Amino acid sequence: MKKLSELQIGEKGILSSVEDDFLEQQLLEMGVTPGQVIELERKSPFKDPIAILVSNLLLSVRLSDAEKIIIQIENE
Amino acid sequence: MSSKTIKIALAGNPNSGKSTLFNSLTGLNQQVGNYPGITVDKKTGTCNLFSDIKAEIIDLPGTYSLYPKSLDEKVSQDILCDITNLDYPEVTVIIADSSNLRKSLLLLTQIIDLKMKVVLALNMLDVSRDLGIVIDKDVLSEELGIPVVSINARKHEGLQNLKDTILDVSTPKKTIFSVSTLFPVLIAEGNNIRGKENDYATFLSLCKQKLNNNSAVKIKLEVLSKDEGFNPTRSLATETVRRYKEIDKILAKCIGENTALIKRNFTKRIDDLLLHPVLGYLFFLLVLFFVFQAIFSWSQLPMDWIDNGFSFFRNWVATNMPQGMLNDLIVNGILAGLGGIMIFVPQIAFLFAFIAFLEDTGYMARVSFITDKILRGFGLNGRSIIPLLSGAACAVPAIMSARTISSSKERLITIFVVPLMSCSARLPVYTLIISMMIPETASWGMFNVQGLVMMAFYLLGFIAALLTAFVLKFIINQKEKGYYVMEIPSYKIPDYKTVIYTIIEKVKVFLFDAGKIIIAISIVLWVLSSYAPSGAFDRIEQEYANVENAEVVIPSKKLEVSYAGMIGKSIEPAIKPLGFDWRIGISLITSFAAREVFVGTMSTIYSVGGTDNYSIKQKLKSAKNLETGEVFFTTAVGISLMLFYAFSMQCMSTIAVVYRETKGWKWPLIQLLYMSVLAYMSSFIAYSILS
Repeated sequence: MKKLSELQIGEKGILSSVEDDFLEQQLLEMGVTPGQVIELERKSPFKDPIAILVSNLLLSVRLSDAEKIIIQIENE
Repeated sequence: MSSKTIKIALAGNPNSGKSTLFNSLTGLNQQVGNYPGITVDKKTGTCNLFSDIKAEIIDLPGTYSLYPKSLDEKVSQDILCDITNLDYPEVTVIIADSSNLRKSLLLLTQIIDLKMKVVLALNMLDVSRDLGIVIDKDVLSEELGIPVVSINARKHEGLQNLKDTILDVSTPKKTIFSVSTLFPVLIAEGNNIRGKENDYATFLSLCKQKLNNNSAVKIKLEVLSKDEGFNPTRSLATETVRRYKEIDKILAKCIGENTALIKRNFTKRIDDLLLHPVLGYLFFLLVLFFVFQAIFSWSQLPMDWIDNGFSFFRNWVATNMPQGMLNDLIVNGILAGLGGIMIFVPQIAFLFAFIAFLEDTGYMARVSFITDKILRGFGLNGRSIIPLLSGAACAVPAIMSARTISSSKERLITIFVVPLMSCSARLPVYTLIISMMIPETASWGMFNVQGLVMMAFYLLGFIAALLTAFVLKFIINQKEKGYYVMEIPSYKIPDYKTVIYTIIEKVKVFLFDAGKIIIAISIVLWVLSSYAPSGAFDRIEQEYANVENAEVVIPSKKLEVSYAGMIGKSIEPAIKPLGFDWRIGISLITSFAAREVFVGTMSTIYSVGGTDNYSIKQKLKSAKNLETGEVFFTTAVGISLMLFYAFSMQCMSTIAVVYRETKGWKWPLIQLLYMSVLAYMSSFIAYSILS
């Protein structure tokens, strides 16, 4: 288990849980549901926000939000 | 045969092509109105569905679901969930981006489960097919129990089929996700209380969504959810997850292998450049350079046309209409005001042409991505950068462009600080004062001092804007949670029609909404400067009839005795600590219309023939302090005056636009007060130190 904010560029994982109800609802509505593969595509020049790729959709997430998103790394 | 009108709502995710479809359906038959009490624009339009059937289409703000989190989304929810709402549609059209169908289906299935008549329009099915996504639209239609049509909004393809389908659509045959499987007792009880058999509507109202409930029902529902231990936030999350499971089952039956990698690779390669730590910012600077060129230089030519056209027209009216007060009111009050409004049109058009173009390509989301961190520290966000920097050309279009900021707090802060940026209207004021104070040949090392001072004032405006934003971050309290997870759409070639419609819409909004206020203030200013207590003007005309230069001396003396002159004189004690006298006082009042009027008023009041900069400069330089007889425009007075113009809100168009954009007088008045105090204090301090 890792926080989304700790992922390396190119690293993938499976969405496990979100520790903030508001953020969780927002992600859910955009189709980011538990069990989906999330890949950290890139970081912005100041390392915040980050861009994640979820089912062909690129999302910009602020680092403070990424810390609340828990990811299961695939090969664990 | 009488014609019939049916109400249609157009809904869908952001970036789904919704606005393009709206434009294709309605063309120029569209208006922008207001939803009562909020700052979201209401776009409506009409089109013909059939020979005698018209459609009234409402373009709802982009939304992902019926659970609102932002004001924009709340609008969609209010209309779609409330059968008594005036805009409640007979048919809803959901537009979906075929290459991202999954997330479009959340909103769609919610609407289906509300048992509303709905049509799904799959946009750009052909494009997604090229990318390897194969959607069987007949199976999809069968699974969803609603009609599904394929369209290409840009190319106007499939629109007739969509219209025919709208006419034929009936209430959905299926329920996609039955919420009563999650909360059987709760929903049954809720249905009883509401007296309606609509499970999903009951669920949404239990989640404290604003639905069509009278207050007795509302209280009963609240009691019910307390008794059942119902947690709205958790329940919504559970419901969304379950709904997506149903959606995934449906998609598995009708969508081919998702191998949309060609497009992503293309987008990723461009992003490697445009989001690069060095190249990304360089490219952004280049874009800014073009935006600046456009609002500063390219719009100059059409602005001159408008200016000259109005001057010509005013002269024509002045000479061809019977002389008198009415003539003067039309020429110097109304036409001057109209000219003052029209002059902004080129700048608005150019800025929004760029913004619509960049937004449509997908680049604006990237700008936000690379600037968000820097601006966040100042209470702004990545979307604030374009309004903020455009403010250096003109605050009016800049404030209008703050629309793209979805967090209302950050948007408000942006609107508040934009007028502090030194706009192009301050340029003539700065130029005049600088050229008076500093010799053209003065240099400091290899730099021209005049240029350095000018740059310092531009920088000062920028710093003031950032510091003000920083302070406001702590002052403005907003309960609404920000919306920070943002889609970064794939790059696409922009649609020129979207650009054109955006320009038309923005220009119309400015002319009609802000224009009214600007005309009203113009007329007030005209009254103040063209009326005087009875007999005062006659006395001046007799007294100065035979002096040399009567044609320049008389207007000057008349302005002095007019009501504006009287106000200018009466505020002298207040502005004396800044080094100003009543003559500047009058100019401050008249230039409230627009800053550049300062130069014209100064030339009238100092009875300068002609208004070219050279003669004004000479005249002002030789102006004497009326009390001491020494040179009036000292460096202290010059700096104080420039600081005053740098910070004060001397622009009625900005006030009118802030009123329009914040939908009320609260913010424009606070802003006016703040900027006046800031201007006064900084001029006072500068003058005290320098003199």
